[in-house]
Amino acid sequence: MERRLMKGNEAIGEAAIAAGCRYFFGYPITPQNELPEYMARRLPEVGGVYLQAESEVSAINMVYGAAGAGARVMTSSSSPGISLKQEGLSYIAGAELPCVVVNMVRGGPGLGGIQPAQSDYFQATKGGGHGDYHLLVLAPASVQELVNLVREAFDLADKYRNPVMILGDGVLGQMMEPVTIADPVPVASLPAKPWATTGAQDRPANLINSLYIDPLELSAHNAKLIAKYERMAREELRFERYCADDAEILLVAYGITARICRTVVDLGRQAGLKLGLFRPISLFPFPYAPLADLIAEVGVNKVICVEMSAGQLVEDVRLAVEGRVPTVLYGYPGGVVPLPAEILSRIKGEGGANGVRRS
Amino acid sequence: MSAGRERLVAGYPESLTEQAFHYCPGCTHGIAHRLVAEALDALGLRERTIGVASVGCSVFAYNYFNCDMQQAAHGRAPAVATGIKRVLPDAVVFTYQGDGDLASIGTAEIVHAAARGENITVIFINNTNYGMTGGQMAPTTLIGQKTTTTPLGRVAENNGYPIRMAEMLATLDGPAYIARVSLHNAQAVVQAGRSIKKAFQAQLERAGFSMVEVLSTCPTNWGMTPVKALEHLEKVVAEYYRVGVLVDRTKEVAG
Amino acid sequence: MLHEIISAGFGGQGVLLVGQTLAYAGMLEGKEVSWYPSYGPEMRGGTANCTTVISTGPIGSPVVSNPTALVAMNQPSLEKFLPTVKPGGVVVYDQSLVSSNPALLRSDVKMIGVEAQQIAARLGNSKVANIILLGALVKAAEPVSLTAVQEALKMVLPVRRHNLLPLNYAALARGAEIVA
Ligand SMILES: Cc1ncc(C[n+]2csc(CCOP(=O)(O)OP(=O)(O)O)c2C)c(N)n1
Ligand code: SF4
Repeated sequence: MERRLMKGNEAIGEAAIAAGCRYFFGYPITPQNELPEYMARRLPEVGGVYLQAESEVSAINMVYGAAGAGARVMTSSSSPGISLKQEGLSYIAGAELPCVVVNMVRGGPGLGGIQPAQSDYFQATKGGGHGDYHLLVLAPASVQELVNLVREAFDLADKYRNPVMILGDGVLGQMMEPVTIADPVPVASLPAKPWATTGAQDRPANLINSLYIDPLELSAHNAKLIAKYERMAREELRFERYCADDAEILLVAYGITARICRTVVDLGRQAGLKLGLFRPISLFPFPYAPLADLIAEVGVNKVICVEMSAGQLVEDVRLAVEGRVPTVLYGYPGGVVPLPAEILSRIKGEGGANGVRRS
Repeated sequence: MSAGRERLVAGYPESLTEQAFHYCPGCTHGIAHRLVAEALDALGLRERTIGVASVGCSVFAYNYFNCDMQQAAHGRAPAVATGIKRVLPDAVVFTYQGDGDLASIGTAEIVHAAARGENITVIFINNTNYGMTGGQMAPTTLIGQKTTTTPLGRVAENNGYPIRMAEMLATLDGPAYIARVSLHNAQAVVQAGRSIKKAFQAQLERAGFSMVEVLSTCPTNWGMTPVKALEHLEKVVAEYYRVGVLVDRTKEVAG
Repeated sequence: MLHEIISAGFGGQGVLLVGQTLAYAGMLEGKEVSWYPSYGPEMRGGTANCTTVISTGPIGSPVVSNPTALVAMNQPSLEKFLPTVKPGGVVVYDQSLVSSNPALLRSDVKMIGVEAQQIAARLGNSKVANIILLGALVKAAEPVSLTAVQEALKMVLPVRRHNLLPLNYAALARGAEIVA
């Protein structure tokens, strides 16, 4: 298969099209603009529709309508825009509609900045909008993995009738790496969606809805959603271990930070430090048990959680570690991308602190 | 059939389910539902129609329309309808929205759907208040009108002025058909039915965005009997919001 | 083999293109590559930079603390990145845009000053200064072969600009010649 050098944002677009996505509703925001721009160019070529909405609020509601009409559909944004999408995401989760949403995270809160960050972890994994629901959240660490996970995201969205979020960051969106994109799935071969609203011809009318006015009905609906999330926790855990089998100090990081930590592990090992890395790929469901098992199985005596945020991932890591070994946070919020040497010197006790950037 | 002595003058529309309406006695939401259903029946559209219910008293519209339905977040129905229509361009897509939904929280969505000339039909129920939440002020509330959040009557200095949505949207190039109708008496209802049918025809012609603003009563929150409310609708509300066709770029007219 | 190359200068000088060309060339040689540009307001008239990693094995961090090579097209870039270059690394810079401040020189790296602007002007197009520096870098640091760079330029330049390929090849060759 052909290897092409592609920007993360553009690779997402091509991977989505290969996965049978023909509808994209967007709104400009840095650092994800290359994705809607790519879709605006490419979708008409494959008989699809790109539409620039008047806001992220509208874009996500267009996704609701299109998903309810049975299509594979996508939207993307970055942090402030994803905040605006929370209303729609809650309705989409409530109405059990499949779709894929990309967040190329930038620093916050508020308008924050435009540089890479991971500070939307809570928002992505704990629900984000109102009500008891979860997105299925996948965090790739390379452009190739971005491509692979976008493909999977559409299948998972259909499998669970649930929104799937690809949680990236400014680095992943902007960087170029060689990728191969699997052959496109013919749209006609995608699984049928008999529940979709396509016109009630020769069948009873279908309804896409998240309103259950009777508390008993709503709680039954909640129970159904919870069962779905539990099934995800059984079937969709994704993670990677790197040099972990004899690690004494275990780094835990996701996304681009995990790539940086991979280099830290290599550098540390050259310097005689027994470093290893655990990289959650599915952030919801979070691989609690695989992380706990790793710590029990290998003589890890310290866990270091590295994230481009002020302490979000670390909460899930601590839930997994359950106090068995000390767990510390190396947090880099605000759009600062930590460099490998910086993390390594901190491990060696040569300075550096949470929230403080190098000059 | 012509030989029979009994003649059916009004049947039950196929596009309505048999579920009884939950609306207050004398509320004109039910009439508006029926007019929409009759238009769908007359044009034979039920099996290719997807309706979008909004948030307001008509939130359960999906229980009444006997076609595929989606329920949208407050104000977002035009965006949801856009998503459906882009996926299913041959389907007939309509929204059914109140004045709080369309003219307040959903202003951006309706303006842009209209500006895009989105080929959907919007049924806009203007009852000059927020019915479902207990009669608060809406953007359409008339100056001087008492609501639970304008207990002394709407005052322009404090609450600004009512919005004439039909006129506002009529300034855009996207709409193919915009009309305002009222439901205050039988004659007006017949006219309203014609306009609603015309709006769906505009969509079938792919002429662009169509909207019918339906002046409607809310006897419960207006604190009036149903009969008094109809009178008020005719004499006061329809005085400020004038009925008529504001935009018609459909073929029938152009040709 | 691991090459970590930072290319930096003013926006519009083509520093991102230098990095992209290296990335394409690496890919054509079957290596692992990554290219990460700075982005945001600083690119509008301000300084721009990118990091290209070329490796025979899987690439860890696409951002680097200590590059093995640097291409600097202006003074601020040289000031910012020179101190970070690994000892033994290669630094190629545009002499005409950088005042020869002795404080800006390091003896533990290979410093190659190139009159890129002047040479480009003599070639008839000042826009190819970046390609001259690229030629010098490829010759001195050998992250990829010059042939691969020539192929890569075909991919980086849009087809409607392919009439400029001979000019770019000449610029590449001139840059390489400077490095003995
Ligand atoms: C985001 C949000 N804000 C507020 C509400 C509460 N709410 C429900 S219905 C409604 C007003 C609806 O009024 P209108 O659109 O005029 O319809 P009517 O009830 O008069 O038919 C409001 C504010 C909501 N459901 N969602
Ligand atoms: S509250 Fe008003 S609008 Fe709502 S059903 Fe009752 S009368 Fe109709």
